[in-house]
Amino acid sequence: MGLLSDPNRRQALSRIITRLNAPLCVISYLIGVCWFLGLAFQPFTLRTYISENSMGSTMVDEKFINGDRALSYAREFAAHKKSAGGSPVAWLERTMRGIGLEVYTQSFVRNLPFPDEATERFMVKGTNVYGILRAPRAASTESLVLSVPCSEGQNNNQAVGLLLSLASYFRGQIYWAKDIIFLVNEHDLIGMEAWLEGYHDVNVTEIKSSVMMGRAGAIQAALSLEISSDVITSFDVVVEGLNGQLPNLDMVNLFLAFCQKNQLLCTIQGKLQRNDFDTFPGYIHNLQTMMLMVLKQGSARPQGDHGLFLRYHIEAITLRGINSFRQYKYDMVTIGQTIEGMFRKLNNLSERLHQSYFFYLLPSLSRFVSIGIYMPAIGFIILILILRSLDLWIKLSRTEVVTEDGAGDVEQDPRPSILSLATPIVICHATGLSLYYIPVISQEMATDHFPVSESEAVVLIAIAIYVAGLALPHNTHRALTGAGSDQGWMTLKLISLLYLAVQLGCIAVINFSLGFILAVTIVPVAAVVQPGSAKLLYALLLALVTPATTLLGSIFLYRELIEYPVTFLECWQIFLQAIAGGMLDHYLYGSLLFPFIALFVYPCWLQLWNVVFWK
Amino acid sequence: MAAPLVLVILVAVTIRAVLFRSSLAAFISERVEVVSPLNSWKRVVEGMALLDLDVSPYSGDVFHETPLIVYLFHFLVDYVEIVYMFTDVLTAVALYLAVKEYNKVSFKQQKLYLELNKYSAGSIDLLRVPTEMHYVPLKVAIFYLLNPYTILSCVAKSTCALNNAIIALFILATVKGSPLLSAVFLSLATYQSLYPITLFTSALLFLLQRQFIPVKMSSRDFWLFTCQYSSLFLGCLTVLICHSFFLLNSWDFIHSIYGFVLSVPDLTPNIGLFWYFFAEMFEHFSLFFVCVFQINVFFYTVPLTIKLKEHPMFLMFVQLAIICIFKSYPTVGDVALYMSLLPMWAHLSRFLRNIFIVSCMLVVCSLLFPVLWHLWIYAGSANSNFFYAITLTFNVGQILLVSDYFYAFLRREYHLHHGLYLTKKDGTEATLVLK
Repeated sequence: MGLLSDPNRRQALSRIITRLNAPLCVISYLIGVCWFLGLAFQPFTLRTYISENSMGSTMVDEKFINGDRALSYAREFAAHKKSAGGSPVAWLERTMRGIGLEVYTQSFVRNLPFPDEATERFMVKGTNVYGILRAPRAASTESLVLSVPCSEGQNNNQAVGLLLSLASYFRGQIYWAKDIIFLVNEHDLIGMEAWLEGYHDVNVTEIKSSVMMGRAGAIQAALSLEISSDVITSFDVVVEGLNGQLPNLDMVNLFLAFCQKNQLLCTIQGKLQRNDFDTFPGYIHNLQTMMLMVLKQGSARPQGDHGLFLRYHIEAITLRGINSFRQYKYDMVTIGQTIEGMFRKLNNLSERLHQSYFFYLLPSLSRFVSIGIYMPAIGFIILILILRSLDLWIKLSRTEVVTEDGAGDVEQDPRPSILSLATPIVICHATGLSLYYIPVISQEMATDHFPVSESEAVVLIAIAIYVAGLALPHNTHRALTGAGSDQGWMTLKLISLLYLAVQLGCIAVINFSLGFILAVTIVPVAAVVQPGSAKLLYALLLALVTPATTLLGSIFLYRELIEYPVTFLECWQIFLQAIAGGMLDHYLYGSLLFPFIALFVYPCWLQLWNVVFWK
Repeated sequence: MAAPLVLVILVAVTIRAVLFRSSLAAFISERVEVVSPLNSWKRVVEGMALLDLDVSPYSGDVFHETPLIVYLFHFLVDYVEIVYMFTDVLTAVALYLAVKEYNKVSFKQQKLYLELNKYSAGSIDLLRVPTEMHYVPLKVAIFYLLNPYTILSCVAKSTCALNNAIIALFILATVKGSPLLSAVFLSLATYQSLYPITLFTSALLFLLQRQFIPVKMSSRDFWLFTCQYSSLFLGCLTVLICHSFFLLNSWDFIHSIYGFVLSVPDLTPNIGLFWYFFAEMFEHFSLFFVCVFQINVFFYTVPLTIKLKEHPMFLMFVQLAIICIFKSYPTVGDVALYMSLLPMWAHLSRFLRNIFIVSCMLVVCSLLFPVLWHLWIYAGSANSNFFYAITLTFNVGQILLVSDYFYAFLRREYHLHHGLYLTKKDGTEATLVLK
């Protein structure tokens, strides 16, 4: 009990916390940010390696040669898709059956809560076609998935062609120990969600789909493929899934291993790996790659079709074929062999992928940062909140008890009444609740009275409620007489800081990137705000770190990083789309970002806003 | 004072009724923090179904509640939600009355000590005054009824609520000074979950104190009363167990309940300390370590009784907390019971040192439980170590909380007898150091 009960040492400790509070906070913030920036520095990262034994040691000799067949399938598919005006279900069924697969279809209907303007969807109707290749050597207890989205226009035809020719090649092999499901899903993520829900016989979103007739075993791993050209120059691997969940690192390692074997060029976040790790430009390159990953993961959106598999405990990645202006191109044979190799290694799995890391950041494809190394970055930033709240607590209790030791006079200082504290907290949360519910509920009313489309209405209502929340402190204080005292705002700030710390801590465990983006912006301002003469400055600072501004800034940064900069006006347009997109992600796939921001972060931020305007 | 209590009860019942009707109820009743294999409602339903089929409920390895509970719910199964809400209200009212009575008793005692000049003159600030004590019973009731832990436990229909009610009635009977009822409820509580047997000494000491019998080895009255109380207790326990035997006509339940509690065969994760440890351990060591772990609950009774023999009510509070921390299948309902008694010791607040850190710890842990559970079980990205780390932190938090209160209590007693402002021999101000 020494440190906690010895009054002298406690006094020393509390003196350090109160006297050195500001420098400690600054140091802690700097350490946190530097730590994060240092994560991309090569000596601090680990080299990736395949840790799953059953995938590591076996040799695979790929024999896929039907590249031409893939292209002819692709052309045929393109023609049928054009004439069918959607997924050519009948043709796909016929072809798959011709190859010798067990073919099933699943139709689904989904009415979006409001029209999606980015992809022009409102009432989505579609059919997934999938064929099962039964394993000759096992009892259909486990399976692997190769999926290709059937996209609009000319996209992804080659991927479907490759899928079909791989299926016909796989059919002739005898070594399969797991069933392989070849899936062509329509309306990309919506179709994928429908298929996954149907396969696992659950209904977590409001999607309506036909009963699934055929199943293989429990899915162990999945690969989603997107190729839109006959030849490719490189493969891009996409890892970020729904709610920032990541597949087991072994999936990435496996992909990297086969790219290296076939000398295929591979990228992550569209960035090639550089060999000059130790130079400054090399470091900047790594940092950019990592920042892109952080931004994508922080968006909590699935970045490819694989993103929805992760929720069902299925390790999955998306491979995207890129055709750029490089001289050296790879044909379907090489691509097919790479995928064949990956499937054969996955076929060797004797249990689910569990050996390698699930929490990581990738500054480059062959280097990773694990959770133990990146967590301190956010830990140091949250430490600021704890230091500040300890400081406030000591100040608050010191006004009551004169001597530190507990034995002292009690000053008759009126404590802030529960009412004066509970009112702002309740009102802030009520605003959060209305931010969550009202936009979707009242879209019809808005479109009746104003000349806006439904999706604009939803976004604009959300923004209106968000901004209206800022006006609240004036009104609450008018209603409460005699609320104002130093103790009052200090207590409210103490509560808000702790609340924020808990939120950031919880979200950082689930989605580090989101937690870090929020923490690095909100925390320093939350630590300094207080009412008084510099009220306007603090209000301005707070407005600059509100989650909405952070989103705007993140979009701007993202476009800068992918070297596709935007003007402010374009950025605003993307911002509006992102809000609608974030809400749709929540309603369609169950993304947690929108409710988390609306119900927790925003109310907490409003409480801090209340602190600034405390009278 | 009755009006606010009624208001609180109405609010509490409304919250529970709303939650029972919402979709959250099913979710809550599956949470490992809220239900344990001992008290999950699902298992009680299973037990009743087996009973209906004329099979012994204990024939499988599912049901571990007592025969009385299964027969009770056999009759009340249609009103189960009302029963649970009523149980919570009953607990709160019992605690309310008990604390009210205890305040009266302790105020009288304080007056007596003042008249006998047992307190130092300098400690006048520390004395309890009626205005401060007036709202304590209400606060206790609020702490119990509106505690999220209690609400969760009630909505999950965990039989922990019933155990809490029995313990609350036991406290009430003890404080009112009725040896018979006290022994009856103590034996019921022991019959239900075994661990409350450690409350025996505190109840005995309290009753002795109420009857002004000094705790002396040489005193005849002391031994007479002890024998009387223990025979009452043992008699009731025997009746209960025999009654259970005649209900089911077999002794299976002894092994299935008390064997299950003591040997800890079910290692489903919960907020306790047992599951991870025994899941990791080689089978042939487990007997020894089960003994070591179980001793914790019972062993602390001895030193605490010796130290706190003048203050049996505080002893009871500490014992309740210790049971909750060290029992084999703890749930948040157990935590709620002893936490609801915290307002009773509000007068210690000036001596509490870590209450801020500890309460932050407990809140953070409570929120991280579901998060890490999600990461472990659903997302598959974390593992059991993450969850156990939080369990450990939660229990450390509870231990710090109890020891903080214990320390504050001893501090206050010391200051009462030696004055608030201590001086060293040379006249300078002295500080107390606990090493």
